[in-house]
Amino acid sequence: MFELLGIPPQALFGQLLLGLINGSFYAMLSLGLAIIFGLLNIINFTHGAQYMLGAFVAYLLLQYLGVGYWGALLLAPIIVGAFGIVLERLMISKLYHLDHLYGLLLTFGLALILQGLLRNEFGISGLPYNIPSQLSGGQNLGFMFLPNYRGWVVVASVIVCFGTWFMIEKTRLGAYLRAGTENPTLVGAFGINVPRMITLTYGFGVALAAFAGVLAAPIYSVNPNMGAELIIVVFAVVVIGGMGSILGAILTGFGLGIVEGLTRVFYPEGSSVVIFVIMAIVLLVKPAGLFGRTA
Amino acid sequence: MADAMLQERRDANTQGALLKVSNLEGWYGESHVLHGINFDVRQGEVVTLLGRNGAGKTTTLKAIMGILGKRKGSVVFDGTELIKLPARAIARLGVGYVPEERGIFASLSVDENMMLPPQVKPGGMSVEQIFELFPNLKERRNSQGTKLSGGEQQMLAIGRILRTGAKMILMDEPTEGLAPVIVQQIGRTLEWLKRDGYTIVLVEQNFRFAASVADRHYVVDQGKVVDMIPNEDLEANMEKLHAYLGV
Ligand SMILES: Nc1ncnc2c1ncn2[C@@H]1O[C@H](COP(=O)(O)OP(=O)(O)OP(=O)(O)O)[C@@H](O)[C@H]1O
Ligand SMILES: [Mg+2]
Repeated sequence: MFELLGIPPQALFGQLLLGLINGSFYAMLSLGLAIIFGLLNIINFTHGAQYMLGAFVAYLLLQYLGVGYWGALLLAPIIVGAFGIVLERLMISKLYHLDHLYGLLLTFGLALILQGLLRNEFGISGLPYNIPSQLSGGQNLGFMFLPNYRGWVVVASVIVCFGTWFMIEKTRLGAYLRAGTENPTLVGAFGINVPRMITLTYGFGVALAAFAGVLAAPIYSVNPNMGAELIIVVFAVVVIGGMGSILGAILTGFGLGIVEGLTRVFYPEGSSVVIFVIMAIVLLVKPAGLFGRTA
Repeated sequence: MADAMLQERRDANTQGALLKVSNLEGWYGESHVLHGINFDVRQGEVVTLLGRNGAGKTTTLKAIMGILGKRKGSVVFDGTELIKLPARAIARLGVGYVPEERGIFASLSVDENMMLPPQVKPGGMSVEQIFELFPNLKERRNSQGTKLSGGEQQMLAIGRILRTGAKMILMDEPTEGLAPVIVQQIGRTLEWLKRDGYTIVLVEQNFRFAASVADRHYVVDQGKVVDMIPNEDLEANMEKLHAYLGV
C-alpha cells in the first residue's frame, strides 16, 4: 500500500469523497440561489428550508402514501417547487419594487417559520430514511471503498447541474432567462411575459433545492435544521463564486467541497472554517467573486 | 401599381390615425416629465419627434410602449387604448421598439439576440431576409451581441424587430454616434421599410437624416408637442426650427 504525505490512501480518498458529496450539495444549492438571484434580484434565504422540505416531503410520501425514493425524487421537487410558486405569487412578488433587504427579511422569516413548524411536529432528533435497495452496498476500488449511494449522489448532482447549465446557456428558453436577467423591461417590451418567467424561475430554483433534499435524506437524517446548517456554508460558496454566474456556482460548489475534504485530511482543525477563510480572502482580493461580473 | 399605392394611402387617410396620442403625461418617480403630448401617425407614415436634449422624446416612446412607471392620458393604436396595458400586451398588438441605448444583450449571441423577440403578428421577415438587409450581421451570427460595432448593434436592434411582424416601429435615434456610411445604410433601410408599408415613429437629432425619410415632424419641448411641420415645409421653417432646437 502506498502513502501520500504520510496519509493512508483510504483516509485521503475517503475524505475526498466526502468532500465531493458535500460539494454536490453546495453546487446544487448555490446554483439554485444564483438562478433566483439573477432574475429576481433577491437572495432566497428560504433556500435551506426548501432543501429541508424536499427531504421531509420524501419522508412523508413514504410514510403516508408508500411512495418510495425514486418516486420522491420526482415528486418532491414538483411539490416543493409548486409551494415556491405560491410563495412567489402571494408574497415575494409584492416586494420587487422595494429594496433588496425586504426580500431578504421575508425569505429569512419564512425559513424560520418553516423550520419552527416542522420542529414542533417532528422534533430535532432526525427521522431515518433508507437508502433505496438498488443502491445499497458499495464497490471496493482497491484504494478505497465507495458506497453506491454516495457515488449516485455525485453522479446525479453532476447531471442536474450541467443539465441546468446547458438549458440556461445553450437553449432558446435559456436565452429568454439570460435576457430577462440583463434587462427585464426590454424583454417585456418585446411581448414576453416576464412576471410568469420570474415565477417559473423561482419555482425551478426551489425544485432544485428540494431535489438536493431528497438526495440528502438517506445520507443525513431528515431533520428540520438540516437546511439551516448547510445554507450558511452555501452562502459563503455563493459569495466566493460570485452571485449570478451559473457555471461559477457549479464549479465553486464542487471545488470548495473538495477543498474542505482535503483540509479535513491535512489540517482537521481548520476544516469547518476553511470555506469562510477563503470567502474573506476572495472578498478582499476580488469582491465580485471568482466568476462574478464586475458591474 | 402607383395608382394602387395612392389609393391605399387615401384609404389610410380616411381611416384616420393608426396611432393617436392625446394628453399623454408621464413621470419618473415623482418627477413629472411629459405634460400633455399630442400627435398622431397615419398608417404607413414616417413621423419624427424632434427636440432638444431632455425634451421628452425618449420618454414619449417609453410611455407609448408601456415601460414608463407612471403615465396617463390616452394612446390609441389601431383602435385599442394602450394606456392601461402592460408592455407585453402592447408589443403583442404589433408595436415594435428600438430603444435609444439599442438594448443588445451581452449574454446572448447575435443569433440569440435576433431570435429573442417573439413573433407577434404574421408577415414578419425571415432571418435570411434580415441578413440580406444587413449582411454584416450574418458574418457575426455567433459573436457575443455586444462585441458588435455600434452600427452593427443598431442594425441588430432594428433587424430583430422586423422578424416579429410588428407593423409600427418606435425608433429612438438610430443614427446616434454612427459613421456617415452606416447612417446612409440605416436611411436606406428606413426608406425600404416605408415602401413596404411600415409605420414609423422616429426620434432624431440628425436633421438631414430626418428630412430624407420623414413625412412629418413634430417638435417636442419641455414635455409637450409645440409644433408640427410637414416635410415639404421644412426648408421654409428652418429658422423657427433652429429656435426650437437651440442649434
Ligand atoms: N430614468 C430617469 N429618471 C429620472 N428622470 C429622467 C430619466 N430619464 C430621463 N429623465 C428626465 O426626463 C426628461 C426627458 O428625458 P428624455 O430622455 O425623454 O429626453 P430626450 O428628449 O429623449 O433627450 P435626448 O435627446 O437627450 O435623448 C429629462 O429632463 C431627463 O433628465
Ligand atoms: Mg432620448
